Amino acid sequence: MDSQVAPANSFYSRPAWFGLGIFSAVVLIVIPLLRLLLPAENPLHLSDYYLLMIGKIMCYAIVALAMDLIWGYAGILSLGHGLFFALGGYSMGMYLMREIGAEGQYRSNLPDFMVFLDWKEFPWYWAGSEYFTLALLKILLVPGLLAFVFGWFAFRSRIKGVYFSIITQALTFAFMLLFFRNDTGFGGNNGFTDFKRIMGFSLAHPGTRVTLFAVTGLVLILTLLLCRYIVTSKFGRVLAAIRDAESRTMFSGYNTRDYKLFAWTLSALLCGLAGALYVPQVGIINPSEMSPANSIEIAIWVAVGGRGTLAGAILGAAIVNGAKSYFTVAWPEFWLYFLGALFVVVTVYLPNGVIGLARRGDK
Amino acid sequence: MTSETLGLHGGIESTGISHVVQAEAIDVSHKAILYLEGVTVSFDGFRALNDLSFSIDVGELRCVIGPNGAGKTTMMDVITGKTRPDKGTVFLGQTLDLTQLPEYEIARLGVGRKFQKPSVFENHSVYENLDLAIKAPKGVWDTLFHRRDSAEEDRIDAMLKQINLKNRMRDQAGLLSHGQKQWLEIGMLLIQEPQVLLLDEPAAGMSDEETERTAELFLSLEGKHSLVVVEHDMAFVASLARKVTVLHEGSVLLEGTMDTVQNDERVIEVYLGR
Repeated sequence: MDSQVAPANSFYSRPAWFGLGIFSAVVLIVIPLLRLLLPAENPLHLSDYYLLMIGKIMCYAIVALAMDLIWGYAGILSLGHGLFFALGGYSMGMYLMREIGAEGQYRSNLPDFMVFLDWKEFPWYWAGSEYFTLALLKILLVPGLLAFVFGWFAFRSRIKGVYFSIITQALTFAFMLLFFRNDTGFGGNNGFTDFKRIMGFSLAHPGTRVTLFAVTGLVLILTLLLCRYIVTSKFGRVLAAIRDAESRTMFSGYNTRDYKLFAWTLSALLCGLAGALYVPQVGIINPSEMSPANSIEIAIWVAVGGRGTLAGAILGAAIVNGAKSYFTVAWPEFWLYFLGALFVVVTVYLPNGVIGLARRGDK
Repeated sequence: MTSETLGLHGGIESTGISHVVQAEAIDVSHKAILYLEGVTVSFDGFRALNDLSFSIDVGELRCVIGPNGAGKTTMMDVITGKTRPDKGTVFLGQTLDLTQLPEYEIARLGVGRKFQKPSVFENHSVYENLDLAIKAPKGVWDTLFHRRDSAEEDRIDAMLKQINLKNRMRDQAGLLSHGQKQWLEIGMLLIQEPQVLLLDEPAAGMSDEETERTAELFLSLEGKHSLVVVEHDMAFVASLARKVTVLHEGSVLLEGTMDTVQNDERVIEVYLGR
């Protein structure tokens, strides 16, 4: 609330910087060092299970930030953000498949699923997929371009509100069906898995795992700083103005379509990046990541944490996914009921999410 | 159809270019700043505007009155680019056809609009409202890397004093009273330094004292800006005491002084019914 009222561009308060500093130190230095230096029996050595869980949650937190930028600040509810995440994941997955080399089940240079389909060579769109730099480019360009083209037409046609949400939901569903087909050339419903290496380093090696973890942490921190810069800039205030009164913003001389398109495309790029970090850690990517329910879940994270606040988005991703990890082990059959109940409780009692509750407590 | 062709020249890259064609380009060599000719707008067969033609001179303060459904708001929609006319042209100065431009371009060229219901950014502070409206480069990159300079701060400060909201500058605009919101919106228009101000029922919901002060403000703006005031409140129009245009069924019924208008048979008939 303060940041909205104060005329000055306050980036972060001192306690916030302090908190961010601690988080950075823990994720980038303490956890990796303890993992590498201490033996596995030591209680300070974070287990594989928790390393993976925190790594995943950090990927989800990047997605939540991206979602908050477009939903919380620009007021555009996307129910298709899982698509951009999956496309970033698939772009990385293609590279990881090439890194397997001839060590697959069939000892072929082609990925196993292609051998199984009796393909003799890579389809044209797999060209260059063995280069990491090209993969990095694709991770950003594929989701970014798709979002740009989609947004260009949607915002130009002034599609808004629930209509926009439904179309994004349809978009991710259409892509899911496309990727389910074996002929599409991305491994059908099994997707990509059995990865061996990244940039020549074994994915099973503890050093590789810790590096991926730390890189994810770094990307999360940089994403947070980038989003914070954006929402505290005049651009961010224009974005919120579009959310609250689009006509007035247009009649104030702003081309609102450009603003929405920029935020939308950036948001998709960030999701793609998160997906690319997620895949080598989890070791699999398949079309279920594009299922409509996944995209809806992203919106739930942000709603639970508190939309319109970046800390809330991260918190929401952590709370919901932490709970999910617990429930799907302890009471797997109750997870969806819990998720539904959580959403109802937040919508009815906590319109500003958990962050809103914490801030109300401050007063 | 027009909006489709327009869509092409407003991409992110080109937003900077439009500033080159700014207000200076308005050619007012023939005295008229705004000139509507033969404007027709139909909604589902209903003619909201029917071959409407009229013009406003530079620096003029013009009142537009008319019964409900006369086409007053539609006229403003057409001028500001919100509604595209089926027929006719709207010229700003001699050269700029507004029917070919998108809303934001028209606003940048210097046409400011006040809505009937006060429309401010309720979740932003009063200060930020003015900061968003202020005349400045308004492209994506411009605002992304914007740093407020002291000249802008001075202008905002002066405007806060002019609209009497200096002591509320840190408050959220949503917390202001109805009249204060109206004033804030007027301030947001003025800080855009518009050539033409379109004011849709600016005195609606104001107390008598506020109405009086609003009338004073508009009279003080006469000469510096061209104003078009659409009003229902006859007392307010009378207090402005300027040329009045009466709209009826989408076209001009009569133009003249308040006295002529009030004593005209047709106007009385239109307002009181047959």
